[in-house]
Amino acid sequence: MGMTVVQKILARASGLKAVAVGDVVEPRVDLAMSHENAALVINQFLEVYAGTGLVPRVWDPERVAIIFDHRVPAESPKTATNQKKVREFVTAHQIKRFHDIRGDVGGICHQILPESGYVRPGAVVVGTDSHTTSHGALGALAFGIGATEMASVWALGAVLNVEVPPTIKVVARGAFRDYVSPKDLILKLIGDLTAEGANFRVLEFHGETVRRMSTSGRLTLCNMSVEAGATSGIVPADDETLRYLRDEAGVTNSVEPVTPDADAAYERTIELDVSDLEPQIACPHTVDNVQPLANVAGRKVHQIVIGSCTNGRLDDLAVAAHLLEGRKVAADTRMLVFPASAKIFRQAIELGLVATLMRAGAVVMNSGCGPCLGVHEGALGDGEVALSTTNRNFKGRMGNPKSEVYLCSPAVAAASAVTGVITDPRTSGGGN
Amino acid sequence: MATVVYALGDDISTDVIYPGRHMATVLPTETPQFAFADDAAFNGKLKAREIAPGSVVVAGKNFGCGSSREQAVSCLKGYDLVIVARGFARIFLQNAINLGLRVATCPTIEASVGDELEVGAAEVVNQMAKKRYAMVPLPASRQAIIDAGGLIPYTRQRLVAAK
Repeated sequence: MGMTVVQKILARASGLKAVAVGDVVEPRVDLAMSHENAALVINQFLEVYAGTGLVPRVWDPERVAIIFDHRVPAESPKTATNQKKVREFVTAHQIKRFHDIRGDVGGICHQILPESGYVRPGAVVVGTDSHTTSHGALGALAFGIGATEMASVWALGAVLNVEVPPTIKVVARGAFRDYVSPKDLILKLIGDLTAEGANFRVLEFHGETVRRMSTSGRLTLCNMSVEAGATSGIVPADDETLRYLRDEAGVTNSVEPVTPDADAAYERTIELDVSDLEPQIACPHTVDNVQPLANVAGRKVHQIVIGSCTNGRLDDLAVAAHLLEGRKVAADTRMLVFPASAKIFRQAIELGLVATLMRAGAVVMNSGCGPCLGVHEGALGDGEVALSTTNRNFKGRMGNPKSEVYLCSPAVAAASAVTGVITDPRTSGGGN
Repeated sequence: MATVVYALGDDISTDVIYPGRHMATVLPTETPQFAFADDAAFNGKLKAREIAPGSVVVAGKNFGCGSSREQAVSCLKGYDLVIVARGFARIFLQNAINLGLRVATCPTIEASVGDELEVGAAEVVNQMAKKRYAMVPLPASRQAIIDAGGLIPYTRQRLVAAK
């Protein structure tokens, strides 16, 4: 019996020829990522060594990445002090892949890792963030873990007791219509699967739609795979992966794509045709409460958010700027834009996208996670409604349990900013 | 015997268990104050120590979905709560095992606030309804972490053995 991509990656990382679903393995970790919660990882890491007489030492400082993104710049003395503690640890343990609050190399962890060339096809990537699934876009096995699990990885360089997960194969066919995007595809899939439909499973993406999709779109697919409960989403590496690594991530050394065997065993196969897909909206308060836009068109929105690890890349900002060119954000609606990384922010400035968005009335903020999870800026008032390109709409997600969050694509967010109500970008009259 | 003190539905997210705006607080000694912070009534009972240690929270499918934040586990462990759910999201379940929060996956559980439950090794008995509900056992690999007292001692054993 052949192996899926994830089986092949886990077999290699565990020093085995083959693994079967349900096997318990201890894969070596190629990249271990944390953000501000490295402060908690440090506590747990030191606790592991307590009473052993051993000197606490990260197993491989070259394979640890720490990116500040959740509360940047610090919103409180508590956060600032945690960040200071992490900086001191980074220096003491000579961790090289550290991205502080900076306009040159800063940004959101799930954008920094790919664009810095840290993620390679076939790698095992773990992160103390559930959206670590994003990095499957480059053909890696990437999954979220807790801070204590990360402390164990820092000490041992492996994840203990991993059960080889079953894989669901997703095959997408057809070409998107105008202003319909990978975000609409993944929202549709989450709605069909439900929020726990892929729990303890991997989503492996195939089909001509995915093959033609940019790495940016693939990052959106894999990023939100966790919203169906998936351990990881993964796109087997191909020519586009190599193009991205060479042209956009500055990778010059050899890259070895991992592809599934032709006779790999999948738990099930889901086929989707995107050629008649409508823009999709995830309605409050679960990500799987997905409706075609038409069902909620006209709903009043007070705050538009474009950004995050899900949809804050250059193509996302470009479609928003295209739809807002020469137009204005509605008077009683606010629009916040936060690019996924400082590099993307600078590119958006150079291309004039930032000026277009600001002239329309948008507030363009520094790269970071803040508004998405209600930790830093962009909070909603009681009874207010947000329409956002981010990834979660749980009750209280944007900082106020008395508010509502709807999720959508960048095109829908931009078209709706102009009208102040949920609007189909194909009929909004913009983008001329 | 343990009393059900809170009954919840499906897909209870980590944003509900431990709202993101409190994520700068990480110490297990400090996180319990924000457990279910957006439900002022239940949070108030917890903080006033009106909930006995060992009390049960029952929930539907996919409890703990969303973020990997470990505060969502440490805040519940701080009150020594037991979570009996029809299902758990992967990362939450692993964090619970790693930190020693008591959890039971019980796919058909039915219970209301005030019911008395007996949470055994293989089943949960609802004494009020006189009904028994089978538990899904943890795989041996996960049980080994619990038996070691959590992932920190488990990792420590491995580290010392390797030296």
